[in-house]
Amino acid sequence: MNLALLEPSTASFLKVASLAGTYNYALYVVLMMIGFYGVIAKKNLIKQALGLGLFSTGIFLFYISMGVVEGGTAPVWWTTDEAHLLKAAGPYDNPLTHVLILTAIVVSVSTLAVAMALIVNIQRAYGTIEEDEIRAIEDAEHPGEGVI
Amino acid sequence: MSSFLLIDMILLGLAAVVAIGVISVRSLLSATMLGGIYSLLMALIWQNMNAVDVAFTEAAVGAGISTVLLVGTLLHTRRETNQSPAIHWPALLTVVLTGSFLIYGTVDMPDYGDASAPIHTGRVQQLLGQRVGKVDNEGVHHAWTYSTMAEQSVERDEPERSFPPERSHGEDHGGDAEAGAHGHPNDDFKGHSPNTVTSLLAAYRGYDTMYETAVIFTAGMAMVLLLRRREERA
Repeated sequence: MNLALLEPSTASFLKVASLAGTYNYALYVVLMMIGFYGVIAKKNLIKQALGLGLFSTGIFLFYISMGVVEGGTAPVWWTTDEAHLLKAAGPYDNPLTHVLILTAIVVSVSTLAVAMALIVNIQRAYGTIEEDEIRAIEDAEHPGEGVI
Repeated sequence: MSSFLLIDMILLGLAAVVAIGVISVRSLLSATMLGGIYSLLMALIWQNMNAVDVAFTEAAVGAGISTVLLVGTLLHTRRETNQSPAIHWPALLTVVLTGSFLIYGTVDMPDYGDASAPIHTGRVQQLLGQRVGKVDNEGVHHAWTYSTMAEQSVERDEPERSFPPERSHGEDHGGDAEAGAHGHPNDDFKGHSPNTVTSLLAAYRGYDTMYETAVIFTAGMAMVLLLRRREERA
């Protein structure tokens, strides 16, 4: 089937459905949604933090995938010409996405560190790190005040 | 199918399986270890996509520091969750709906690896096309070479620079390796490292990097304040 003959949106949809071209972007959604499920469905706080990590890794995958150039190489000027001058060695992958994700990885581990400190404190205060047990304790101690 | 795509698909499939394991396994210690495996798989994926800097950051930070933090937390809390691994159907429905919308949103994305995608044209491409080296006030280009690297580290008597740098009002020389005597306005930016990721990190995204240190500092302070043991008040 000639995709060019179809409506643009239909052609794009068939392209995704056949996993040609943009399958990487579909897989980033899969990874992100696994993390999202962990955040909203799991009662354990550590599981939720792990899900948050998976979620952010999915976004990293999206960015790095955007930076890929077919046939490209790592964005380092590593070859020299006859006069020992640095020169380009063909197409490079886009370094801007790499830079953004370097920052994001560090921010995500900072988030994880603060979350872990909070979880340790919650364990000290309540004796549990399960969300529903914490809510039950809160309800028993302060009835009628609603959940935390 | 190229080996690049094949490796990419295999690694991404493994990562997806491990991610499901991280979420569904009952032992928290196992989940932590699976998280480390997941990070290492992601590091391999970054390496396959030529994002070498991201790969070793992921291996060190994602697989290293995160695992250490999680194991430390498990020591202070518990190793097992007593929750049943039953599927939470409303959450699953939400996730599937959100995922469908997001995948629908990626329909308009340019092809994976398309060199003519909008992200590859414009500013960054211009920066990448610049010559590596420095342009002094006379507009003479001193190319960065491996042989002159040692000399440059010795010769520090550079001519005094005007700040802000004087702009040359000629045509745009971005991407032109033979710019000659007319320096590009951004010539000062480029070329202090042959690794363009380092160059961008230090110059183009310099504020980003600076406030990243602020984030790390804040996170460290928050951890210290949260984990400090308070004295019992009499």
